[in-house]
Amino acid sequence: MLRFIVRRALWLLPTIVFVTFLVYCAVRIGWDPVASYKRANPRASKAKMQQYREVNGLYDGFGGYLRGYKEWLWRFVQGPEQWSRSIKGRAEVWPPLRYAIFNTLRLAGIASVVGISVGLSLGVLAARHPGGWFDTTVNTAAFFLGSIPPFVSGVVLQLVFAVQLGWLPPVGVYPPGHEGFDLMLMLKHLTLPVTVVAIQTISAYSRYMRASLLDVSSADYLRTARAKGISEGAVLRRHGVRNALIPVVTVLAIDIGALLGGLIITENIFNYPGMGVFFIRASTNGDFPQMMPYLVIIVTSVLMFNLIADLAYAYLDPRIRLE
Amino acid sequence: MAWNRYWHHRGAAISTVVMAILSIIVILAPFTARYGVNEQVLHISEGNNVFLPPSKLAWFGTDDIGRDIYSRLIWGIRTSMFIGVASALLSVVFGTAAGALAGLRGGKFDDIMMRVTDIFLAFPFLVVVIIMRQFLGNISWLEPVLGPQTSIRFIIWLFAIFGWMGVARLVRSQVLVLKEREFIEAARAVGGSNLRIVVSHLLPNSIGPILVALTISVIGAIVGESTLAFFGLGPQPGSGGTSLGKLIELSKEGAKQGNWWLVAFPCGALVVLAIGINFIGDGLRDALDPKLDAGN
Repeated sequence: MLRFIVRRALWLLPTIVFVTFLVYCAVRIGWDPVASYKRANPRASKAKMQQYREVNGLYDGFGGYLRGYKEWLWRFVQGPEQWSRSIKGRAEVWPPLRYAIFNTLRLAGIASVVGISVGLSLGVLAARHPGGWFDTTVNTAAFFLGSIPPFVSGVVLQLVFAVQLGWLPPVGVYPPGHEGFDLMLMLKHLTLPVTVVAIQTISAYSRYMRASLLDVSSADYLRTARAKGISEGAVLRRHGVRNALIPVVTVLAIDIGALLGGLIITENIFNYPGMGVFFIRASTNGDFPQMMPYLVIIVTSVLMFNLIADLAYAYLDPRIRLE
Repeated sequence: MAWNRYWHHRGAAISTVVMAILSIIVILAPFTARYGVNEQVLHISEGNNVFLPPSKLAWFGTDDIGRDIYSRLIWGIRTSMFIGVASALLSVVFGTAAGALAGLRGGKFDDIMMRVTDIFLAFPFLVVVIIMRQFLGNISWLEPVLGPQTSIRFIIWLFAIFGWMGVARLVRSQVLVLKEREFIEAARAVGGSNLRIVVSHLLPNSIGPILVALTISVIGAIVGESTLAFFGLGPQPGSGGTSLGKLIELSKEGAKQGNWWLVAFPCGALVVLAIGINFIGDGLRDALDPKLDAGN
């Protein structure tokens, strides 16, 4: 077990480096800053072009990408002060990104806690009487809500609760011009974005949990537990839910990608200054020094959570042996 | 048998009828739409035509330059359905071929393909699509095949390039199960080639999951197109057309200005499509795979 963990963890770093290199190449080819510089300054001299390339590390050809990536990576690992500066405006990348990360973590954290706890509880309650009215309601609602794309629910909630009824602010984390920290005001601004993300999470997890619990409900150990004469609640708590959580936990870790994707959409609807808005702005500008740190965070978290999913599965289910 | 089971799935039966009606309306767009794609409901000299709420003149209201939302929705759904069906068909063809090959041959090819698809599918869809869109659109020698970055053809290819992976995994797992069965062994014993085994034994036996994957891919591409359009990255169907995504892009501003009809109708149409097609997929799954019942 320990050997497996160490081996997988050691593989994680080269994988991250390799995947980020591929991403770097794709971004460099896709946005090609040299070409757009040429378009913007059609009469730039050869020397000027060369200087532009040198300053931003934009070398041509596969060897050039490798060299550019190496230079970029070397600056990246030295810490935020040394990071390559943005191409447009030569601004530092870390301060705005840090602000965005905190905003996103706040939104994602609250939404995940609300979504997962509500979703799992609904799933458990629904599975208690399969086919009953509660089960049918939860199932149908989850099906309908899960089919609605997040940008639709976002725009509709914004229209109804912010614009028409005026109960909640439509955009941002604070009203324009606000300074300092204000919990109530922040929570008010967070309500709608959190709801949009949580709707997706609730509909997914209530269905996972229900299906998983029904899967184990016919298991022999549940019959044994009931035969021992313990109460139905204890059977469910101690034997049912615990075993049903095993597959759910792994899905949870793998779903991090979907969560990060959903955040981009939600943040953009509500002009919430998080990482999704940061990435969209950086990609519209075609600014790869700004895009890369975001993409490194995405790559690292996806690969790491995949590893965690594998480990959690093995830890929770002793029948799984890792070679 | 399967047919009866399908029609007993209430959601699927209703959705099939709704989708059939919608398809007819959309296919007959020249007759069902009241105005042309870019036609204004009335000339500006006859009065204000911008942001009119729903009325007799324009059933679903008008947009920022006085065009009828109802007619534009019909034209837009037509384009989006085409995008959805075309990219789903492409994904299923590529995915089935790749999945069957990987499942049957196993070994290195299988390992590498599954690893690559694993990584691709784990990343946020939107991030990968934005990067791939830009990457593929900037490779000049691909343009004759994929078309320009903002064309409908390009979007169809883009979604096919993603869509095949999910289908391939599904078909592969199906093939892995099936290839151990006796009838495949029998086919091999009488000297059937790999191609023959795939075409006449493996595929007919995996048609259920493939059909389900097809329906899910259709709605995946339709929602994907709308998502891209939401960020202004969708296809630009040119002066002669529109797409559901273009209309939804408009609803982003519509919501902030309080023009509810700009939100309600395009978003409503997308939700009807999404729920309808999901129900059909659900019904097909229940009907074609008797081992899985509704979960009770």
